Amino acid sequence: MVKITRQEVEYVAHLARLDFTDDEKNRFTAQLNDILMYMDVLNAVDTTGVEPMTHAIARTNAFREDIVCESLETEAALANAPERQGPYFRVPKVID
Amino acid sequence: MNLNELTIHELRDKLAAGETTALAIAEAVFRRIDAVESKIHAFISLMRESALEEAAAADRRIAAGDATDLTGIPIAVKDVLCTKGSPTTCGSRILENFVPPYDATVIAKLKAAGAVIIGKTNMDEFAMGSSTERSAFGLTRNPWDLERIPGGSSGGSAAAMAADECIAAIGTDTGGSIRQPASLCGVVGLKPTYGLVSRYGLVAFASSLDQIGPFAKDAEDCAIMLNALAGHDPKDSTSVPAEAPDYRMFPGREAKGWTVGIPKEYFVEGIDPEISAAVNGVIATLERLGVAFREVSLPRTKYCVAVYYIIAPSEASSNLARYDGVRYGFRSAGSRNLIDMFKQSRLEGFGSEVKRRIMIGTYSLSAGYYDAYYKKASQVRTLMRQDFDEAFKTCDALVTPVTPTPAFRIGEKMDDPIQMYLSDIFTLSTNLAGLPGISVPCGYTTTGLPIGVQFMARHFDEGKLLTIASALERETPFEKRRPAL
Repeated sequence: MVKITRQEVEYVAHLARLDFTDDEKNRFTAQLNDILMYMDVLNAVDTTGVEPMTHAIARTNAFREDIVCESLETEAALANAPERQGPYFRVPKVID
Repeated sequence: MNLNELTIHELRDKLAAGETTALAIAEAVFRRIDAVESKIHAFISLMRESALEEAAAADRRIAAGDATDLTGIPIAVKDVLCTKGSPTTCGSRILENFVPPYDATVIAKLKAAGAVIIGKTNMDEFAMGSSTERSAFGLTRNPWDLERIPGGSSGGSAAAMAADECIAAIGTDTGGSIRQPASLCGVVGLKPTYGLVSRYGLVAFASSLDQIGPFAKDAEDCAIMLNALAGHDPKDSTSVPAEAPDYRMFPGREAKGWTVGIPKEYFVEGIDPEISAAVNGVIATLERLGVAFREVSLPRTKYCVAVYYIIAPSEASSNLARYDGVRYGFRSAGSRNLIDMFKQSRLEGFGSEVKRRIMIGTYSLSAGYYDAYYKKASQVRTLMRQDFDEAFKTCDALVTPVTPTPAFRIGEKMDDPIQMYLSDIFTLSTNLAGLPGISVPCGYTTTGLPIGVQFMARHFDEGKLLTIASALERETPFEKRRPAL
């Protein structure tokens, strides 16, 4: 049974900003198929009316006072930048 | 005995009595690392220089009468926690040169207690794995058998413990990544309740599941470590605003009169007979101490691998979107434009398992598949948690194996993702339900590989886990054994 095609793998890879070689695309298509087939066991569970669980512990939003706290200095924040220009992160051109 | 082989509480007492110094302990630990690390490869990076400075500072603190239980104690930290000024790689090429500008809250707490941070331990890339074979910086070997894996993803921390290359260690546990390697390496490992320990400065994998916890040589040390780690942190909005107890009161208490549940779904086919026998031995030992056992059912157990391997990759696909080569981390050279740079940097920077999980997660969350995968898994997760609530109505704790098999051979499961995922089958559910769990050494196979037993308790009931672990240790001190290296 085919759960995911090579074309879908290419589409999902683009969504995830990943790119694969042809070999990898074939391998991932087969492996993702196996994994998604395994996930089919969940179809046996009746979840009608069951609330999805998004958090392990019931919590309301954690608000804090709106006060200024210490934050990273510009130089510290830029220290790991692959490329910078003055106080900015530098990237290749956005539009071809 | 060498200083590096002792426990935190033994060293604390020696330090207090003036029988040794923090510097001598740190030197003993680094001597051991120099002697065995080439065989084990538990560490990605060592922090020798800063550690010796911290040890000297600890000695001054002890002399001034200002010591805590952890002052002068050498601790190894999984390389997923930010350490200011020291590389933090997450076992990934994409963070190979990343030097955090701040300390994770748990690192700051350990330092404030006077602990000596000795280095960063190896792990599966971004904590995605069960064997530590998926580190970009080479695999870690199990000190009990160098041809076998130490478990994962915190395999470096567990192996460092078993090889006496540290006194205690920090790991993280998203689906068993503390308890499974603790079990396979014959040490104590605790995964605390979700929200008990701040995750500020922990590189996120799956945010509704990740927890930080200790590896320790015994339950008392585990309590000391948990004391240092637990507590509310305003910098982590999921950290619970409650006062943590002094966990040192729990080891040494009796478990007499408790009821411990045996979830029948955890004792089915596929478990190595030596592991079943060891866990049954634990039950017999605790019965002699006055613990009552009863069979309980967690009927949704068989779905936990499917639920976990939808939810964790979904969250990972979102969390790992930040690795784009812009602000930090690896950037591929010579990209034509921005999108191309994102793709090339991620293609070259991530390993295959990380890409596989990003793909599963992105697919599960994508339009058209969200209801069938992510939402369905989240609903089944609710039912799994209800199963636990039901079991804990009549039980103080639950007992299960930690793993279906002892440590497997290096390479054995590398080409079969589903077989690798199934090695976490007994540890995933506590993360899904947010519960605390502990792995305690409970025996050895005939070939000499460690076996662990897992106890689970209600939310924030870590004290019970420490009590029952210590009760077991007093009867059968398997945690005292160490491999010959």
